[in-house]
Amino acid sequence: MALNVGCAARPGRARDNKTGSWRVFRPVLDAEKCKKCGLCLLICPEGCISEDDEYPRVDYEYCKGCGLCAEECPAEAIEMEQEEK
Amino acid sequence: MMEIMEGSHAVAEAVKRCRPEVVSAYPITPQTHIVERLAEFVADGEMESDYLTVDSEFSALSACVGASAAGSRVYSSTSSQGLILMAEVCFNASGMRLPIVMSIANRALGAPLSIWNDQQDSIALRDSGWFQLYAEDVQELVDYHFLSFRVAEDHNILLPAFVCFDGFILSHTYEPVDIPDQEEVDAYLPPFNPYQKLDATDPISMGMYATPDYYMEFRYELDRAMERASRAIKDAGQAFGEQFGRSYGSLVEEYRMDDADTALVALGSICGTVKDAVDEMRDAGRKVGLLKLRSFRPFPKEEVAKALDGVSQVAVLEKNISPGSAMKGAVGLEVKDALWKTGIDVYSYVIGLGGRDVRKKDIAAVVDLAERGRGDMFYGLREELI
Repeated sequence: MALNVGCAARPGRARDNKTGSWRVFRPVLDAEKCKKCGLCLLICPEGCISEDDEYPRVDYEYCKGCGLCAEECPAEAIEMEQEEK
Repeated sequence: MMEIMEGSHAVAEAVKRCRPEVVSAYPITPQTHIVERLAEFVADGEMESDYLTVDSEFSALSACVGASAAGSRVYSSTSSQGLILMAEVCFNASGMRLPIVMSIANRALGAPLSIWNDQQDSIALRDSGWFQLYAEDVQELVDYHFLSFRVAEDHNILLPAFVCFDGFILSHTYEPVDIPDQEEVDAYLPPFNPYQKLDATDPISMGMYATPDYYMEFRYELDRAMERASRAIKDAGQAFGEQFGRSYGSLVEEYRMDDADTALVALGSICGTVKDAVDEMRDAGRKVGLLKLRSFRPFPKEEVAKALDGVSQVAVLEKNISPGSAMKGAVGLEVKDALWKTGIDVYSYVIGLGGRDVRKKDIAAVVDLAERGRGDMFYGLREELI
């Protein structure tokens, strides 16, 4: 639990709030179309796309599904797919 | 020692003995003499508190939240529009579980502008997560302050408190009152021991945001704390009685309820008038009694159901109006809920709004209406104005 009595938290605990639960649409990368330009990393307002792997990787624990990466991708390599709720 | 004292000044004497480290209040209308007298105590060196003068009630309670989060015992007082301006902060204070105690001199809300008494202000904040006690007289009012700090600061409770009392009727009138000595209060109310506090060497953030994954559980915990407060208020009231001889071991007070056929239910100073009216009706052979509610939040459902068991009808006197509610008054709904399935008729009577006098004959007239099966209505309207 990130929060204690009175909604109090120790420093740095905001990352325990997994904002991915807000998501309605999830970005899904088509590796065949991806040019590895890195624009999605820069555009993501949550900073939750990394390039640890060969291709950009979305951290779905924090991705809110805003869709900016899909909107801005020059290669149209990202599709927004509805989450099962 | 018994003294004749104005209600507001008696509250100031009580608050001084509670040793709040911070007092923050907006000193201008709507306000009572409480904070004026507290300011004098601080200026005269009789009271070791930081006294903050601020630019509005919103600021006043915001400063209380900050001071309480920093680990101080905190007090404020307000009334009417001032309380409503604090509304947002009230919800934050309870959500952050800060045990602030605030006196509410109950007064009507505008528009139309009114400076007179009813209980619309605190009842409008019914759901703000503060426990609410209502005083019948100045003695109860004084005693409830000691009790409220003790309950609010209990680590099993951690809820802020309204100590409600009828504006002008109690705040500006003089009554004999026993103000306990400092040593007696110290024995009853230990120094504030904050559950947690803001501390630069051991930092925390308070009142953080909660995602949908967490929010509901905080509201659940707030509600559970309010449920626990019922027991804590009774225990603190019992302990008060053992030490001071005036016991508040129940959230209700029954007055001549034995064999009563019609019960009146009320909060606050009106109960004094109702008791006199009940005496007169009893003398005339009518089986009428009073159930006084000391607490509106938490609502003493079990005590109400027990006390009203066996009556035929209940008349709830309401110094509030919930426009659009079929019952009209907010208290009646709770009483009706407590008596659900019993078949006892419960009626609300909106009475005495905006300072209109409620006399003994009005109480008797309400009993007549209830016994004729008429209720959920305004009582005492001037038909020529409608």
